Amino acid sequence: MRKLHLIVLCLAMVAMLVACGEAEKKADESADVKTGETAAPAKIVLGVAGAHSGDLASYGLPSVNAAKLVAAKLNAAGGVNGAMVEVVAQDDQCKPELATNAATKMVSEEITIVLGHICSGATKAAMPIYLESKIVVISPSATNPPLTQSGDYPNFFRTIAPDDAQAALEVAFAKGLGLKKIAVIHDKGDYGKGFASFCKTYIEAEDGIEVVLFEGVTPGAVDYSAVVQKIKGSGADGVIFGGYHPEASKIVSGMRKKGVDFPFLSDDGVKDDTFIKVAGKYAEGVYATGPMDFSDNPIYQEAVAAHKAEFGSDPGPFFPEAYSAALALLTAVENAGSTDYDKVVEALHTQYVDTAVGKIKFDAKGDAEGVGFSVYQVRDGKYVEVK
Amino acid sequence: MEYFLELLLGGLTRGSIYALIALGYTMVYGIIELINFAHGEIYMIGAFTGLIVAGLLTMLGFPGISILAIAITCAIIWAAAYGYTIEKVAYKPLRGAPRLSPLISAIGMSIFLQNYVMLAQTSDFLPFPELIPEFGFMSDFKTVMSSSELVIIVATVLSCIGLTLFIKFTKLGKAMRATAQNRKMAMLVGINVDMVISATFIIGSSLAAVGGVLIASHVGQINYFIGFIAGIKAFTAAVLGGIGSIPGAMLGALVLGLTEAFATGYVSSDYEDVFAFCLLVLILIFRPAGIMGKEKTQKV
Repeated sequence: MRKLHLIVLCLAMVAMLVACGEAEKKADESADVKTGETAAPAKIVLGVAGAHSGDLASYGLPSVNAAKLVAAKLNAAGGVNGAMVEVVAQDDQCKPELATNAATKMVSEEITIVLGHICSGATKAAMPIYLESKIVVISPSATNPPLTQSGDYPNFFRTIAPDDAQAALEVAFAKGLGLKKIAVIHDKGDYGKGFASFCKTYIEAEDGIEVVLFEGVTPGAVDYSAVVQKIKGSGADGVIFGGYHPEASKIVSGMRKKGVDFPFLSDDGVKDDTFIKVAGKYAEGVYATGPMDFSDNPIYQEAVAAHKAEFGSDPGPFFPEAYSAALALLTAVENAGSTDYDKVVEALHTQYVDTAVGKIKFDAKGDAEGVGFSVYQVRDGKYVEVK
Repeated sequence: MEYFLELLLGGLTRGSIYALIALGYTMVYGIIELINFAHGEIYMIGAFTGLIVAGLLTMLGFPGISILAIAITCAIIWAAAYGYTIEKVAYKPLRGAPRLSPLISAIGMSIFLQNYVMLAQTSDFLPFPELIPEFGFMSDFKTVMSSSELVIIVATVLSCIGLTLFIKFTKLGKAMRATAQNRKMAMLVGINVDMVISATFIIGSSLAAVGGVLIASHVGQINYFIGFIAGIKAFTAAVLGGIGSIPGAMLGALVLGLTEAFATGYVSSDYEDVFAFCLLVLILIFRPAGIMGKEKTQKV
């Protein structure tokens, strides 16, 4: 009798596992977009590549939804150059080896425009294949700087700012303030030190501005008075700090208490209201870069509303960037009059498009102009965008 | 020269804070040979008490300097109560146990207190009001030394002198020295050892609370995790000076604070900890018991 129970239980568990498997399979199928063979003569296929399954799927699936929404919107308005837009998704799970497969598949299906990939590593692996077949690619999320800056991939564009854009803006802004000698301080972390190193590189590349101090501080140390003295003694006329707000507030209040009142510039780890709360009056006048605010953008609002109506949920990460990328790609096709590679690339470089992240066009290297970061300053206890 | 002076004063401030915490480590070790890892948390709890009391008094409209005095007093009382309770709850039941048991219990206490404060208060950073006013006579030296640094150094010096006199000349101090030398023998001559141990925890916790409030007011921020790094550094200072020795803890803390300040000032703050710990290794190679520590002799 007891054994019978056990057997029944085991069977029940197996059944449950099977049921789960089925459900997952179904979910997979529904996530995959139909690669229907409707042989309508006039159609434009928009390939969407990225992580659509696996543990990074949450970064990739929003771009599929975005592509579908853009396609539906354009199709409702009569399509692109009279052709209906169709979306074909290819999963790469953010893995370089799968990304090359996905790219090869795109090529074999004669797709000419691709939205993707999501992860920088996967994108890098797939790009040579796209370049060989002259396929235009726009990524909503691959932020690795060399993808555009190396100049290796003239067919690559992105609607997100590269990792070092913040540093470039910071240095340009510091120069605009008339600063000549910068003390660059960081918190030794990946994020803070990475940012500080980019700043250092940019400052060294510029004339009339130099790095007089480049130092890491230990996060959580009892106080930073020695570093503050060092900043003071270095002859700097401005500080750039890479890191987060707890260290930033300690350093900035230490500086102000010691009568050091030159500009303090930092990154989006400091563009946080907690910084203002903790540093109090010493936060006044501090500059911090942070992502541009596009929540007022009507196209963005429309896209979010459409997403809610269509999928019944809030869009996920990189959705606005992906929506903008799809819009930019298809608009470029429309402006070019065809999916001809050279014409589409030229249209992307030359003509402005209204997108969810603002009015953009792409610079010579493929980074979107008008996307990325703004400088904010603490004024009367609030971060205010500096125009 | 001014740069040197600034670094020196900065190092002294840091060393003073380490000293206030290190004294607690070293006293407890001297008496019951236990490394009280929850001591850093006592410092943090002292600072939080100071924050709460100061917030309350500011709301009630008390004048500046009295807030500081009352906040420190409350922090001392509250932290001392914590120190006393921790000893009774976590260490006393384990007094006869192998030495590792109370050590584990201490680490557990430390984790418990951190998480308790995180849940009961917040995991965010909180602003700490500047309780130490800018003194008028200090305005000329403002760039070299701020008033809060002065207050920290003076408070530490006074605490150290007070503690030394207390250990040397009072009856309880004598009992402490006796207990540290030989607990069993002390019991035989009629010393209430439990009371002496409790008193040690109370004094150590009070000093840590003073340090907590002063440094929080100096840097202007606080969160539940500040006790960890401060505790580790103070423990290092205590070992450096010779754990179990009170003048050793003071000296070790000053040496550590100054080393860190000068390493930052003349080399690079990237290597601040590297220098501090290289120094520790060097000293322990040549003097295994620490600067002032003596093998198997009196500990308090």
